[in-house]
Amino acid sequence: MYELKEIKLILETALLGCQEPLPISELKKLFDDELDSETLRKLLDELRQEWCGKGIELVNVASGWRFRTKPEYQKYLDRLNPEKPPRYSRAAMETLAIIAYRQPVTRGDIEQIRGVSVSTHVIKVLEDRGWINVIGHRETPGRPALYATTKNFLNDLNLCSLEELPPLEDIGSLGKELNL
Amino acid sequence: MNQPETAIARVYGEPVLEVPQDLYIPPDALEVFLDTFEGPLDFLLYLIRKNNLNVLDIPMADLTHQYMTYVDMMRANQLELAAEYLLMAALLIEIKSRMLLPSPPQALEEQADPRAELVRRLLEYEQIKLAAQRLDALPQAMRDFALVEVWIEQAAVKRLPQVNPEDLKNAWLGLLRQEQMNRHHRVTREQLSVREHMTRILSRLQDLKFVEFRDLFDTDRGISELLVTFLALLELVRENLVSVTQQEAYAAIYVKIIESRLDV
Repeated sequence: MYELKEIKLILETALLGCQEPLPISELKKLFDDELDSETLRKLLDELRQEWCGKGIELVNVASGWRFRTKPEYQKYLDRLNPEKPPRYSRAAMETLAIIAYRQPVTRGDIEQIRGVSVSTHVIKVLEDRGWINVIGHRETPGRPALYATTKNFLNDLNLCSLEELPPLEDIGSLGKELNL
Repeated sequence: MNQPETAIARVYGEPVLEVPQDLYIPPDALEVFLDTFEGPLDFLLYLIRKNNLNVLDIPMADLTHQYMTYVDMMRANQLELAAEYLLMAALLIEIKSRMLLPSPPQALEEQADPRAELVRRLLEYEQIKLAAQRLDALPQAMRDFALVEVWIEQAAVKRLPQVNPEDLKNAWLGLLRQEQMNRHHRVTREQLSVREHMTRILSRLQDLKFVEFRDLFDTDRGISELLVTFLALLELVRENLVSVTQQEAYAAIYVKIIESRLDV
């Protein structure tokens, strides 16, 4: 039987050694004894508390648990790297938002909302990032591909589920604001 | 937009020298067009904001007029986008014309306000536009935070198999076993040379007439050799070419050539 303290150290070591989020099911494999998910979750929570005052924090995202640097220190890290990753264009972000909030959607759906044609480049950029993928085809003429966001998308935005996305603005109040 | 100082745009071939007073678009808007505007709905929203227009209240003539002016400027630079803008302009004109035409009284109730669909789309787009901004504001891996990974060789390098002395020993024993099997195969091949050994024994007996059984065998050459020699001897006995004799139990065994046969 492991000491709880020991378990926490083992979890910490395994998580620090892995960039990919580790789910509870994977973390269980670290131990000979059968540890229930509830205990592990409790210990992971404790571990998260213990890292609280550091520049690095333990987070729980869609695919499991992982360590990340706190966003507030990114500006310092950026000084070490002269090349800042470029931001996505507005077209890319709006396309992503439509897929995230309205999934599954076809290119046609995206075009309907944005009023302009969807560039293949934007779709490819998002696919290459591993944020969206084709999850099927709508049974209409042409069988257009249906796009949805991936777990990776949630992981990269530090989210557990789509429900954690910022809520959409209420259409009614938008109308008032725009005087429409 | 080649010479902004002299001509802003050409409308129907005529150069436009001044920014139209009723066009609330900054003259440099076209230059930064791709960054600032993303599409007709976006542009329409922009116009509505700038003009403080209420889509539901105002006649759409002004808006359409502005729109068309912009489309004309557009044609020169971005033909593809101009097509989309024209589509939107066409939609605006359609709405406008529907509003101007009197509707038959009986259809009045069923007919929806032609502007309603446009308003719905504008609002839906505005909603997504805001959502996109908020999404972009969320901290993003690689951009706003980094992932932590302590360099553990196990994780970084493909794990190589472990080898311990016991495995090594087993491998060696396996090799030996295999070699023994191979030796066995060699015997199988040498069984064919039983005749060769028969000849050797016979030729030896030609000179000596008889030899001690034990002397026929060369113990240094391995078991297979012994076996083949023994088989050759048995074969010679069977063919009545040699005789094997023993005076008494445990005494020396002699192998003797059968003379009579040689005489024949």
